[in-house]
Amino acid sequence: MDERRRELTINAVLALGLLAAPLVALAVDEPFYVTLATRVTLLALAGVGLNLALGLGGMVSFGHAAYFGLGGYVAGILAHHAFNGTPVLLGLPGTDQMIVIWVVAMVLAGLLAAVIGALSLRTSGIFFIMITLAFAQMLYYFMLSWPAYGGEDGLPIFLRNGIPGLDTMRPWDMFVISYGVLLAALALFAMLRGARFGAALMAIRQNPDRAAAVGIAPFGVKLAAFAASGMITGLAGALMADLNGFVSPAMMAWQTSGELIVICILGGVGRLFGPVAGAAILVGFETVFGGLTQHWQLFLGLVLLLVVLFARGGLIGLIAGRQRHG
Amino acid sequence: MSLSLLVEQLLNGVQFGLMLFLMAAGLTLVFGVMGLINLAHGSLYMIGAFVCAVVAGWLGSFWLGLVAGLAAAAAAGAIIEVVVIRRLYARDHLDQVLATFALILILSEGVRIIFGPFPLYLSVPDLLNGTVSLGIVDYSLYRLALIGVGLLTALGLWLLIARTRLGIRIRAGESDREMIAALGVNIRALYTVVFALGAALAGMAGALVGAIQSVQVGMGEPVLILAFVVIVIGGIGSIKGAMVGALLVGVIDTMGRFLLPRAFGLFLDPSQAMDVGAALASMLIYILMALVLILRPRGLFPANG
Amino acid sequence: MAEPVLELSGVSKSFGALAAADNVALTLMPGEIHALIGPNGAGKSTLMALISGRHTPDAGTIRFAGRDITGLSVARRARLGLGRTFQVSSLIPEYTALRNVMLALQARQGHPYRFVRPVRRDRSLTGPAHDLLARVGLAGRAGVPSETLSHGERRLLELAVALALAPKAFLLDEPMAGLGADGARTLTAFLDGLRAEAPILLVEHDMDAVFALADRVSVLASGQVIATGTVDEIRADPQVRRAYLGDGEEA
Repeated sequence: MDERRRELTINAVLALGLLAAPLVALAVDEPFYVTLATRVTLLALAGVGLNLALGLGGMVSFGHAAYFGLGGYVAGILAHHAFNGTPVLLGLPGTDQMIVIWVVAMVLAGLLAAVIGALSLRTSGIFFIMITLAFAQMLYYFMLSWPAYGGEDGLPIFLRNGIPGLDTMRPWDMFVISYGVLLAALALFAMLRGARFGAALMAIRQNPDRAAAVGIAPFGVKLAAFAASGMITGLAGALMADLNGFVSPAMMAWQTSGELIVICILGGVGRLFGPVAGAAILVGFETVFGGLTQHWQLFLGLVLLLVVLFARGGLIGLIAGRQRHG
Repeated sequence: MSLSLLVEQLLNGVQFGLMLFLMAAGLTLVFGVMGLINLAHGSLYMIGAFVCAVVAGWLGSFWLGLVAGLAAAAAAGAIIEVVVIRRLYARDHLDQVLATFALILILSEGVRIIFGPFPLYLSVPDLLNGTVSLGIVDYSLYRLALIGVGLLTALGLWLLIARTRLGIRIRAGESDREMIAALGVNIRALYTVVFALGAALAGMAGALVGAIQSVQVGMGEPVLILAFVVIVIGGIGSIKGAMVGALLVGVIDTMGRFLLPRAFGLFLDPSQAMDVGAALASMLIYILMALVLILRPRGLFPANG
Repeated sequence: MAEPVLELSGVSKSFGALAAADNVALTLMPGEIHALIGPNGAGKSTLMALISGRHTPDAGTIRFAGRDITGLSVARRARLGLGRTFQVSSLIPEYTALRNVMLALQARQGHPYRFVRPVRRDRSLTGPAHDLLARVGLAGRAGVPSETLSHGERRLLELAVALALAPKAFLLDEPMAGLGADGARTLTAFLDGLRAEAPILLVEHDMDAVFALADRVSVLASGQVIATGTVDEIRADPQVRRAYLGDGEEA
């Protein structure tokens, strides 16, 4: 099918372009752009998580900042205790090992998403949007008013957490780690979408009554997808905190949730590489227009409004045409 | 802890709740009649506050500022409805969320461009400055006036919806959109009016609250999200639910922040009690929301059965 | 006498003051086509919703395949073998005809929590799905998204999806609706053969089809079953003529 091939081409261009950008930056000795590419990669990763719930499952979560921020705080808090040599909880020590942090971040974010999902999925539509937003705001205010880990000042990560055999302080190494995780998440997304689970999930998004009538109970499938979605976004948060060397309640703020949705939409909702395209557009927009005017968000708002009103398929939709399930 | 302090906090909670009601009423009307989720409702609150602060500063009159803020928010609402919102009624919720999120970005930056990046301050009008004795407590006259205004507005809104032709059309719109078209009501105009009415309520809340908080970009969204909590608790599309939900949220939030640190102080050392109490208090209303969701997923007063 | 496959006893459901189902008793026996007729607003849709599990009755029990299903969800009932079609075609719009059938097949084979193997290359789904499409005459339309199928094709696809569940009973909600005379004739012949596979509870306005197919007919009026019997008995029943067939001739 022609459209399918065109989308595959776009995906390859995006994957290779994202890899090539920091290489070029290194070649011309501009390490800032390596870090910028890492930022795109990690926002894309967070977007892949949201895309699972939003794109495949049709669950409009306006609260994914909660999982993103939770992942960030896992990285920050574990590193904080490892740095100070104090136990985290019940004698358990902190750690400065990224892989341990990722596992903890994914487990906790998955659990949080399962709880919030189980409550929010009792409703649908506009209620679901407001409730996910409200629960994320609850976590935001909790971190803001709980002073143990910095409260509104946030928590610095003095030494970036490590992985044996890699020097995570080098921008290129950090990029490679992030890029590898993103590719793994994309592979997971593609696998889930193609499997029976994905078939059920996408069917439920389009017609929950029909799915139930053939014997697929919507609630459990949606909840599983929502929890997995939170896990991936939580993992992205842990990496982002390490990249920034800092975590603060702002990671959990509603603007972050909005940005994650924007990333999914700008690229093309439900598309495998949609979040990659969306993150690249958003960061590119911020970098280019942010350099020209401090009011760049005004233009972002206008572009977004135009996309919503007139270009529903996002970037990949514009180029590859409508999505099909053959 | 004295009784007078307790009563004062309770009144603060009621006052806060009534301001939330002004926000939630507009949101729930717009949802009930047009089926639209409007994230930019907080921006209208902000516009009301900014215009009120600036006009009050120019003319030296809070009251003229208030009228201007209300009018500006209503006008902004009408313009936004005609230019953008109108195209969203037939769209799904995701599009509505995105487009109104985009509106937040545009309006926030717009306000920053017009009014500058710094917070503005609006002082309480002389007439309402000072305190008034309520027997057990000396209470801020201005806050007491806010309670009065909130109650009067609620009453006015109820009369409007229950007793006027506009209200009949609004109620008809909530139950059956095709029917009111068949009745020959100009739906487009009705929608614009309803949206502007909601905007005016939000602008009024912003202007009134502006005198006890700083007026700044981003002031609307935290209130907007609280108004969402109010609607989830009260039941979407229901004015009565908005009122009950708003009072619950206002009072529980205020009293929680006041009482919880003190309660923990009974068995924890003071600084720890403050920390734990404050952190838990910030979550109280969301826990309330979760409970309502478990027990009554459609809210306490679901509209339309 | 054999056990009924589906049995409703004392089933009632009210919406406010309106009794949409009032103490309904109904059975579906093995091998039969049992038609449910009645004027608009008689409560046929409510009854279908109660049987499929979309609504829960206020009173009464529904038994299916030897067990009480009164409190079960739509999905559970479907997995127990209740295969239904919708009055207005209700398919997965972006999925091709083939994938619509595959979805039903995968649900019948077990839970949806399988995360690895791609369905597109799953012979246990694609093979039977192609067969079922061929059986309803849609072999050439397998790759077409269901939203772009014609109305008649969607009705047939609904049937293929129901067949994919290999149900113990079919619940068909106006399968003839919107079909031309030719389409209705073909479908009538198809349903005639289908009863050997599993009994059919048929809600239908097309009286030619009902009289051609039904072993038994139940007449619903104001939420009550006012008569049950063979086609001839129903035709002769004065109460039915008054309540329903008199209107029916005008329509």
